[in-house]
Amino acid sequence: MESLTNRSKPVDRRPMNLWEKIYLPAVIKGLGITLKHLFKKKATYNFPEQTRPFSPVFRGLHILNRDEEGRERCTACGLCAVACPAEAITMEAAERKPGEEHLYREEKYAARYEINMLRCIFCGFCEETCPKDAIYLTETFAPANYQRKGFIYGKEDLLIPFPEKENQPVTEKP
Amino acid sequence: MLLEISAFLVLEKLILVAIILGISLFIAMYSTYAERKLAAFIQDRRGPNRAGIFGILQPLADGGKLFFKEEIIPEYANKFLFILGPAIFMITACMTSAVIPWGSTLHIFGKDISLQVADVNIGILYIFGVVSLGVYGIMVGGWASNNKYSLLGTIRAASQIISYELAMGLSLIALLMITGSLSLKDIVEQQSHGVWYIVYQPIGFLIFLVCAFAECNRTPFDLAECDSELVMGFHTEYSSMKLGFYLFAEYINMFISSAVMVTLYFGGYNFPGMHSLHVSPNTLTILGVIAFFVKIFIFLFFFIWVRWTVPRFRYDQLMKLGWKMLIPLAILNLLITGALMLYLHH
Repeated sequence: MESLTNRSKPVDRRPMNLWEKIYLPAVIKGLGITLKHLFKKKATYNFPEQTRPFSPVFRGLHILNRDEEGRERCTACGLCAVACPAEAITMEAAERKPGEEHLYREEKYAARYEINMLRCIFCGFCEETCPKDAIYLTETFAPANYQRKGFIYGKEDLLIPFPEKENQPVTEKP
Repeated sequence: MLLEISAFLVLEKLILVAIILGISLFIAMYSTYAERKLAAFIQDRRGPNRAGIFGILQPLADGGKLFFKEEIIPEYANKFLFILGPAIFMITACMTSAVIPWGSTLHIFGKDISLQVADVNIGILYIFGVVSLGVYGIMVGGWASNNKYSLLGTIRAASQIISYELAMGLSLIALLMITGSLSLKDIVEQQSHGVWYIVYQPIGFLIFLVCAFAECNRTPFDLAECDSELVMGFHTEYSSMKLGFYLFAEYINMFISSAVMVTLYFGGYNFPGMHSLHVSPNTLTILGVIAFFVKIFIFLFFFIWVRWTVPRFRYDQLMKLGWKMLIPLAILNLLITGALMLYLHH
């Protein structure tokens, strides 16, 4: 049978010669290799004290963003839920009432917005598809939980806190 | 009088036994730590570092854990033999240290105290005898577990130790032909002024070393345990401190066989330039003990180093190496040694 990639190497099945049969040269060579590793830099991070730096493109937990005046950007258009390959996002839209203009930026907002972190594959499609720049993936990851329902993050978990100062930039992603 | 035993002698020997037992247990304890640390370093990891500084209290934590674990004796196991197995293994492991000369004599309280529990004139035979008894610990334990994996491990251990003891004995005979004595004290004293016996018996030492690995059930000959295939072999069914004894006795065996190899081939407590030092005999003795332990530690390091380098032998390879390579080589070594001795004598 012809191989697909031509990368497979035929196994050398020649009988061992005397030099190989006495094993010791190979053993000594191996000992040399392990001795070299003895002084190499360790690959381990001492985890709780020392955390591993994330890559600059790391995609972690989601947050829902606010605009410059601290109003929610999300308009519950549902594009993120449609884009989500894991179907992790659900939402319910509601209409903004008079007097709520300082809370929501547009006439429609998400009354309920849930992401199931067990389903989520952290692909970042929601972030890419959002026309209002409302959802972002941060550099933290979902902590462990004892129950499944603990992994369903609602709006109170996802929405970034109301900024104290008005002129403080609200953008995330440090 | 031949059998003149004073109370002082008994006390002296008792103290010596206690010290040696304590030291061998302590060293066995810390070889587990060294094993884990070196394994980690060789695999680019850090190893245990949580208990105490650099994880130095890890052996204590391990021991404490083993003491407080639940003791499980399988329902269909033979209870008496099940308990007897680890006991035999542990006792025989501790017994071998009795004939090893840990140092020359120490002069205190106006008496000469030999740093050897018993200068038996058949020291080597005693060690061989006790080590062979140790196999019964494995056999009894594995058989009493009533578990097929344990039984397989036992069969492997027994046949392996028996086959490698032969080659070990044959390689030793060549050495004994040179020394002309079975007493370990004599052998060490002979190396005090001449060269170490590794120079006369390099092949003999190599065979002895390989067999020592096999006798201690260490990788590459750890077929009795086979973590991956036989789920720890003869001690599959053991838990709690009985398991601890099996694991611990293995490290004591390793320590003792390092001591035996140092005694036989590397001059024991002698070190180069010891006769040109102008110090008191007591200081010289203490320096000798330190030299002895340094050599033992080098061997222990080597044991651990090899374990994390060489993969396990296949069973047929093991038997082939033992019977078809090591034994003929040992006999050849014996013949050459004998011929050379005859030639040089005349």
